[in-house]
Amino acid sequence: MKQKFDTIISTCVPLPMENVDTDQIIPARFLKATSREGFGENLFRDWRYDKQGQPIATFPLNDPRYKDAKILVAGKNFGSGSSREHAAWAIADYGFRVVVSSFFADIHKNNELNNFVLPVVVSDDFLAEIFATIEADPKAELKVDLPAQTITNLTTGRSEQFDINPYKKHCLINGLDDIDYLLTKQADIESYEASR
Amino acid sequence: MAKTLFDKIWDAHAVNVIEGGPTQLYIDRHYCHEVTSPQAFQGLRNRGLKVFRPERTFCSPDHNIPTLNQDKPISDPVSRNQVDTLTRNAKEFGVTLYGLGNERNGIIHVIGPENGLTLPGYTIVCGDSHTSTHGAFGAVAFGIGTSEVEMVLASQCILQPKPKTMRINVEGKLRPGVTAKDIALYIIAKMTTGGATGYFVEYAGEAIRSLSMEERMTVCNLSIEMGARGGMIAPDEVTFAYCKGRDFAPQGEEWDKAVEKWKELYSDEDAKFDAEITFDAADIEPRITFGTNPGMGIGITEAVPEPDADDEAGRISFLKSLEYMGWKPGQKLEGTPVDYVFLGSCTNGRIEDFRAFANVVKGKKKADNITAWLVPGSWKVDKQIREEGIDKILEEAGFQLRQPGCSACLAMNEDKVPAGKLAVSTSNRNFEGRQGPGSRTILAGPLVAAATAITGVLTDPRKL
Repeated sequence: MKQKFDTIISTCVPLPMENVDTDQIIPARFLKATSREGFGENLFRDWRYDKQGQPIATFPLNDPRYKDAKILVAGKNFGSGSSREHAAWAIADYGFRVVVSSFFADIHKNNELNNFVLPVVVSDDFLAEIFATIEADPKAELKVDLPAQTITNLTTGRSEQFDINPYKKHCLINGLDDIDYLLTKQADIESYEASR
Repeated sequence: MAKTLFDKIWDAHAVNVIEGGPTQLYIDRHYCHEVTSPQAFQGLRNRGLKVFRPERTFCSPDHNIPTLNQDKPISDPVSRNQVDTLTRNAKEFGVTLYGLGNERNGIIHVIGPENGLTLPGYTIVCGDSHTSTHGAFGAVAFGIGTSEVEMVLASQCILQPKPKTMRINVEGKLRPGVTAKDIALYIIAKMTTGGATGYFVEYAGEAIRSLSMEERMTVCNLSIEMGARGGMIAPDEVTFAYCKGRDFAPQGEEWDKAVEKWKELYSDEDAKFDAEITFDAADIEPRITFGTNPGMGIGITEAVPEPDADDEAGRISFLKSLEYMGWKPGQKLEGTPVDYVFLGSCTNGRIEDFRAFANVVKGKKKADNITAWLVPGSWKVDKQIREEGIDKILEEAGFQLRQPGCSACLAMNEDKVPAGKLAVSTSNRNFEGRQGPGSRTILAGPLVAAATAITGVLTDPRKL
């Protein structure tokens, strides 16, 4: 899971829906596993497959033009609803490294970061441009540069800065997680407990 | 400096603040259920760690469990394995488990408060977004992911960016037939499904203060449905009276000391909120949802709205949602035939919800076209239902009680609404397929659910 993050240039899968909740990202009936692996198979299960389990051709993940994309581009308020980290595991397991939207739900955003998937918030206007670019050319690429905190539409050349707190940026670039940090703070925790 | 209630509790639990980054927050109570914890316990094993403060973690299986025949082994082997895994993990790591058959078992957000594990001034987390329920006690309570569950198990702390604060005031008096659920669904519809994202909400105002403890839990429970990190209400005499004498609440002299401390838990008069919004309780009528997120709600007498013409991206999602539900803009939903009624969940599965439902159906008969699932939130709720004779009232009206658990709220067990069928549900989410693949959900309070169960069509309880 701990994949160091630097710069990614990739094609995208467009999902121009708003308020995509984590029940759609991974439905509850697939949450019964006790490991973190294999959730990618059921990513967007009920939008991706019909009742007989056949792929729905119109759903972007089934569109061969978007094959091997490492960036998911979604409408605003991505990841709302349930706190299930299985949604982030499914996104990572499928092979996405970046999710681009104009707005993320808080818990899901943390879950992505904790799984070395980078949520990139762009303006509504830039998001609309990215969707239009992908529609015109499914092979259009975005460049996401974490050290510089920039996202660039390589077709149009338009670029935006994105926010990430310096601590999380450090973790992603160096492949560290929060537990690595917290384990170094045991003395602080004990003295906090003693002071209460 | 003047502080909000949220700031008082958050700051008192800050062990460290990372420069330009998150706060290292100490956690008083950690609740676990079977679905979001196995990978966290496995993570500890992989790192060779113990649970740092096992006495602060309490577990109860609730999501996966059947609501019939809980004394028998769970028939779905995958669900059974997940529940058994929680049992094994609790034993191996020395944390408290209220497993199937335990008198304290039930939905984790119901049993925390009823056993006095949830108390004012606490920080409380759980791998479940409805952890906001516990904010009703004046606690900072929020849902977390499994990596964060592992953090808490490993260190009793979590790294968390400090959210902004918002106060939502509901002033004035509620009209008859309006429940706490209606207040929450009203607020969420006004705020939209993502409108409070990034904020921790404090609910205040006369209508909020007038609520019972259980009603306050219903309001706080739904905070996440407008994206809020959590919701809370300042503790008062109602809170103290509820907590007093509960199993894990302080006793004797300790109790008096605790209450003195809790009385300091309020937002200072000149405390600044990052956002503040006021609603009038008189504007709220019984609420329903018409779409596929909880923000898509209307008063029960209102029609499905038109999409916003100025918002092209939003319009596509809005119309897709209506297509899924089978409605058209301008359509009124009152009188629509309904197939299923679900009373239960961490939102509306407590004793007052069952009393309210029973009051409506008393002396009447369930409509033949309705399949009703009545699922108490815990075994203690179930016991109280029986002690008060509510089970008899329900039975005479043609309803059967099932056994406690999350049940049809998210349909991880057998309680699935079939594809295409319409449910009126007292739970918290109307997402596509939430109550079973292809199921359609109208969220409502227990009075609308009860009235609908009697008539067989979506019914305004004030007109029954």
